Amino acid sequence: MKPLQRLTSRTLVLEQANIDTDQIIPARFLTTTVSTEMGRYAFYDWRFDSSGAERPGCVLNEPETRGKQILVAGTNFGCGSSREHAPWALLDFGFRVVISDRIADIFRANALNCGLLPIVLDSADHRWLIEHPGAEITVDVAATRVELTAGRQVEFELDPFARHCLLEGVDALGYLLQQVPAIEAFERGAG
Amino acid sequence: MSESTNNNPRSLFDKVWRAHEVIPETASHPAVLYVDLHLIHEVTSPQGFEVLRQRGLEVRRPERTLATLDHSTPTLPARDGRRPYVTDAAREQVETLYRNCREFGVELNGWDSPHRGIVHVMGPELGATHPGATIVCGDSHTSTHGAFGALAFGIGTTQVGHVLATQCLLLRKPRSMRIVVDGRLPDSVAPKDLILHLIGAIGVDGGTGYVIEYSGSAIRALGMEGRMTVCNMTIEAGARAGMIAPDEVTFDYLQGRPLAPAGPAFDAARERWTKLASDPGARFDHEVTIDASAIAPTVTYGTHPGMVIPIDAKIPPPGTLAERRALEYMGLSPGQSLLGHKIDVVFIGSCTNGRLSDLEQAAAVLAGRRVAQGVRMLVVPGSEAVRRQAEAAGLDRVFVSAGAEWRLPGCSMCIAMNGDGVAPGHTAVSTSNRNFEGRQGPGARTLLASPATAAAAAVSGCIADPRRLAPTREAVG
Ligand code: SF4
Repeated sequence: MKPLQRLTSRTLVLEQANIDTDQIIPARFLTTTVSTEMGRYAFYDWRFDSSGAERPGCVLNEPETRGKQILVAGTNFGCGSSREHAPWALLDFGFRVVISDRIADIFRANALNCGLLPIVLDSADHRWLIEHPGAEITVDVAATRVELTAGRQVEFELDPFARHCLLEGVDALGYLLQQVPAIEAFERGAG
Repeated sequence: MSESTNNNPRSLFDKVWRAHEVIPETASHPAVLYVDLHLIHEVTSPQGFEVLRQRGLEVRRPERTLATLDHSTPTLPARDGRRPYVTDAAREQVETLYRNCREFGVELNGWDSPHRGIVHVMGPELGATHPGATIVCGDSHTSTHGAFGALAFGIGTTQVGHVLATQCLLLRKPRSMRIVVDGRLPDSVAPKDLILHLIGAIGVDGGTGYVIEYSGSAIRALGMEGRMTVCNMTIEAGARAGMIAPDEVTFDYLQGRPLAPAGPAFDAARERWTKLASDPGARFDHEVTIDASAIAPTVTYGTHPGMVIPIDAKIPPPGTLAERRALEYMGLSPGQSLLGHKIDVVFIGSCTNGRLSDLEQAAAVLAGRRVAQGVRMLVVPGSEAVRRQAEAAGLDRVFVSAGAEWRLPGCSMCIAMNGDGVAPGHTAVSTSNRNFEGRQGPGARTLLASPATAAAAAVSGCIADPRRLAPTREAVG
């Protein structure tokens, strides 16, 4: 997992509500046994038509989109299937942060586990971001703060352990493996 | 495990959670939660096993791990000894699961197993799903197993790796919601109608952050298969897990199944399971009440499972941009009635409605009728066991003589990654759980419905009210 400490980037806005993981990566691309190079499938059916040609007018196809590392999405982002291929695809496409006013539970956990930071803001700040596509904002993971404009900083919630993992670029398995003595004791107790 | 007292009434969820805390959560760390049963399938596990390999780890408790093939598997039989996989990648994915299970000592119900099936159909059928257990799978419809009073939820592939390596998960405790469904479900209104109605009522994100407990007389009146249908779609309301307190219906279902406790062990288990129900006065962070008697056959008309209407209602005007787009995608207009709306495909199956009672309800409508001209109907049993039971009861003959295709078990058209799909622009009535854009194939339009409603559409060639078509002799399972 790549560490994430502080990031300044222009945002890409996908305003639609309830963007599900089937939109983020259609199921037919899940017949894979690896987690790399999934970016080419990100939002595939939004970006390409049935012949594989780029859909004109799709904001995801604009050249400058590729430099944007912060995705601002409509409410209830990442609902549906538990496929971790969704955050893998977004990361490989170039995003490090997803912001919405509501993010689905499983997607949120998966994103944190692979180094994509999900940020839930209140609706006013979320609305501001939706209304200012391309705004340059700064995400400070250590301070759990987003700087929308010079004068407008908002805090977000991030589990302290997830924050630690993200700042250090470590996944949680190492910590879990350290708990094996407690797990063994539990197994003995539970029979 | 400490007994609860009247001073400290606890919910079903709370009891199961606490009994599995290896280490309770603190301000700085999530809880370490023990997993009793880890279900595995070919799509979300390869990268999890790969992590074990990279770090030189073993599967900690292979006997608590159970694998099957369901998503990428063809539903047409092998020809000349070769399974007709949709792509080489699909074949490779299935073979990878075979290799991983062999290498790590995990039991796999593969092609030759009489138990193979959709993971959430197979687990309960085998009696592997126990009340009070924690059950996870790299699959969001793991919520299905909550029908037995288990705490069961979907996880991502990184977490699959965690559970393989440590039999544990790191998790913050979710909040709790109780949904009380009182009253009596009208005849010919199915559990599927109930859960679609409920998702419409609380919204597709109404359950985000919660574990839901379903209770009330209408829930108690459901059989196990109906309860599974309800818990299955809990994730469609945003909640990771749905639970129903185990009762006699649960115990009767489990007794005698291969992986359920047997003999005196069953009686002892039953004694423990009886105590799992929420104590009177248990507190929930949120409560919702639903009147079952007001529910009609319910169908979706949009591109998420919360866009539902009673089958004879008119499509409401779109409230948001997303809803307007959804109607355009579906080729529907506000004010229009779905009744009479032409359809192209009917799919009966999935972990939501691919069990025997579901097939019986569909067959009851089809018996003596024909699938309408121009309509393609696919019936896919949820497991080998369902297939055997259905064939023993002659249901396959009902389907085939009506003009439907009877296939091998698997996820099939629910997710359309095995080659079974709906063509662009075609409208499908599906007993599955997701009507997202492209879910059943790029450009496919999906209406979610109960087996009876789907079968009624098949014989009518359009959306039709099953109450006007079929007698209600088939009881809801
Ligand atoms: S039937 Fe559909 S929802 Fe159920 S496990 Fe298979 S793909 Fe997932």
